[in-house]
Amino acid sequence: MSTLRLHELTVRFGDGRRAATVVDRVSLEVPEASVVGLVGESGSGKSTLARAVAGLVPVSAGEVTIDGGTLVGRGRTRPRGPRPVQLVFQDPNSALDPRMKIGETIGEGVAAGGVRDRAARRAEVRRLLELVRLDPALASALPRHLSGGQRQRAALARGLAARPKVLIADEITSALDVSVQGAVLNLLREIQRELGVSVLIISHNLAVVRYLADSIAVMHDGRLVEVAPAGELVERPRDPYTRSLLAAVPRLGAGGPARHADDSPVAAADLG
Amino acid sequence: MPRFLRTPVGAAATLLAVAFIVLAVIGPAVWGADAARVDVAAMQRGVSAQHWLGTDTLGRDVLARVLVATRTSLSLAALATLLGALGGVVLGSIPSVLPRSAGRAVSALIDLLVAFPGLLLALFLAVVFGVGAKGAVFALAAALAPGFARLTRVLAASVTGSDYVAASRQLGVRPVRLLARHVLPNVAEPLIVNTATAMGGTLLAFAGLSFLGFGVQPPSYDWGEMLNEGLSGIYLDPAAALGPGVAVVLAGVAFTLLGELGAQLTGTARAHQGLRPITARRDEAPGGADAHCALSVSGLSITFPTPRGPITPVADVGFDILPGEIVGLVGESGSGKSLTAAAIARLVPYPGTVIADGLRLAGDDLDALPAAELRGVLGRKLAVVFQDPMSALNPALRVGRQLAEVSEVHRGETRKAAWSKAVDRLGAVHIGDPARRARQYPGELSGGMRQRAVIAQGLMAEPALILADEPTTALDVTVQRRILDLLCQVRDERGAAVLLISHDLAVVAEVASRVLVMYAGRVVEELPAAELADASAHPYTRALIDTVPDLTTNRDVPLATIEGRPPSPSEMPPGCAFAPRCPRAQARCGVDRPPLVALGDARRLACWNPHPVSAKVEATAR
Repeated sequence: MSTLRLHELTVRFGDGRRAATVVDRVSLEVPEASVVGLVGESGSGKSTLARAVAGLVPVSAGEVTIDGGTLVGRGRTRPRGPRPVQLVFQDPNSALDPRMKIGETIGEGVAAGGVRDRAARRAEVRRLLELVRLDPALASALPRHLSGGQRQRAALARGLAARPKVLIADEITSALDVSVQGAVLNLLREIQRELGVSVLIISHNLAVVRYLADSIAVMHDGRLVEVAPAGELVERPRDPYTRSLLAAVPRLGAGGPARHADDSPVAAADLG
Repeated sequence: MPRFLRTPVGAAATLLAVAFIVLAVIGPAVWGADAARVDVAAMQRGVSAQHWLGTDTLGRDVLARVLVATRTSLSLAALATLLGALGGVVLGSIPSVLPRSAGRAVSALIDLLVAFPGLLLALFLAVVFGVGAKGAVFALAAALAPGFARLTRVLAASVTGSDYVAASRQLGVRPVRLLARHVLPNVAEPLIVNTATAMGGTLLAFAGLSFLGFGVQPPSYDWGEMLNEGLSGIYLDPAAALGPGVAVVLAGVAFTLLGELGAQLTGTARAHQGLRPITARRDEAPGGADAHCALSVSGLSITFPTPRGPITPVADVGFDILPGEIVGLVGESGSGKSLTAAAIARLVPYPGTVIADGLRLAGDDLDALPAAELRGVLGRKLAVVFQDPMSALNPALRVGRQLAEVSEVHRGETRKAAWSKAVDRLGAVHIGDPARRARQYPGELSGGMRQRAVIAQGLMAEPALILADEPTTALDVTVQRRILDLLCQVRDERGAAVLLISHDLAVVAEVASRVLVMYAGRVVEELPAAELADASAHPYTRALIDTVPDLTTNRDVPLATIEGRPPSPSEMPPGCAFAPRCPRAQARCGVDRPPLVALGDARRLACWNPHPVSAKVEATAR
């Protein structure tokens, strides 16, 4: 059972009087083959939480376990090779080495997973590119020759190359256009179902998280204020902060709030 | 011919450097015999037709010796530079491989070494390593290394902090491999440039060491050693000292310039900014029906030259905004929406060319005013709010000062009056305790507060139009809500018009009364915001709306997507630009571009086969 558990995870930056607690005793569970969403404003600590779970930021207290083994925190066992949790970054422009071909970047992940044979590695890179619906010929392209959506797919392929048990997707569509966002989200969903990996999807966009996640955790000032199944959280939010977050989401179908009901003469103005 | 050879500096540096390298290669073979021929009968002769730079104490030709010495001088300097660079890169790479605390210790050592003056260090080390060419090479290399180490460390630190290195780290890639595969390739460019520049300096330093007697020892000779020999007779025979001296200076300058040239080539091109004229295409006199508009744009096109011919990322865009109206401009990246805004604010980057039939801001023709007046008009009547408020505010100036400046420059107010107005405007955008905030620096404000400060800055001069380009994209939903409310409030209280540019349809639909949809540089649809959700007619607008998930999207089906991608401005199809991706495309769409035609008062559409819209809209259209 690949269940990711965060137990009282705390991340503090700085020391002494200027220390800031960015992640404050967060406990969360990502059950096997499920999608958990994490929403919150920038500065709420959600990205730091993601980096701490991925082992990229040192934690001050608490631990992260997977399958009972400690991944982060005291008493962790650090075997060589790729971590079972892979983080996919927000900005596809900075997540790929500008001087490495896409195939080499993904190949690095394949090699880290233990595939040493060159031909086998190439075949695996090809399989991964097809998995993320990219043309295998792009293996020999540099990141700058790819569009934003293609780059994000390549970054996803690298994350999957090491066959992780959990994938953390940190705002993976916020740097993309809306028309590309849909395709990347669909892909993430298909891959999650196909491979059975667990996904922790982090976004400030509640609609994106609600679409993908089975359950949603809301983070505010470093703490989790509410965790609930996705539908329930959106329809019956309990925490006042969750409610204010939901109220602030702009809605297309609402026809706009009352505030511009009074400018109908302008709306009907002569446009020449 | 490569571009860099066309600049005087580039051509001179390249020519000189190539000449010196050729000399170094062929020198000893061609003039070697002349340089070594001892002629006791012609000792220490001055300049003559036979010996252009005279002869030395043994009657050898000085010019031949200068030419032959090129090889020794250049190769020793190059060797010292390369050794120094190599040592520095290795030393500077160590901190990014070691654990944090050990890395800090090495960094501190580098800083300590950098503090020693290079030439002094070289002199000291030359004595330690022993007098002679070998000692001098090591001494100069050791003196150069700390500088390279510091540069490498700083460059490497920025790369090690990047996401792609983090991604490799979580894949379990070892530090040494990280360094070799990711860090060094990405810092190589500036290091190579620095090596070329250092080569010039080392040439001079090496000549200096030899001149002082620490470097090349007779009977071997380089320029420095010859300078030493020639200097004793400088008053009798200046040419013997000047010859090698000129060679040292020329070679030093050549390689230093070569490094400069490299820095220019690898660095980002300097952007030309400033108010560039708009080419007007209008043939009738200005004025007319649109005189009362806050903004009136017609026939706006923006062209950029490229090596493969000009591209036109914005083509024939036209729209009007009435005072007090909020108009949304939506489109994907590359649709030309931000460039359109840049053209209104006269901020289209060089070498873009703006062509317009008309561009009027609250009654002033932006394409007809002289530059000096234009600045004043733009300063008073236009406020611009960008996506990133931090880049719009000077981090080194207090917020209040930056706001007050607007009034001082454009309204001639006194410093004191302008300051109190700035405080007043900060209060007007709901910044708490405005008097205290005005004295703070932008860095001390939160993101939402900074964006308010930028809006307040725009309000210093009673603008007719607020140009807001993705003003809330960098902000959170709750802060976004407050900024949108603020824009509406400003419109209500001051009657300013707002052009709200965003990729987020929902944001635009909430605050705007009218929406323009851009695709591939053209406006493809214009419609009342209230009809955006379910009465849009253009297939692109429909598709765009369908792709955005909201809180009621069905979770059991995949999200709608638009196949393909927008055409690049260099490969614009002859017909409708959306046709290749359009589910409703017909044969005509691929060859014939649909014009933007008015459908009644409030709608415009450019489509041959639009979605049928509701009866109400149809009625208006007729």
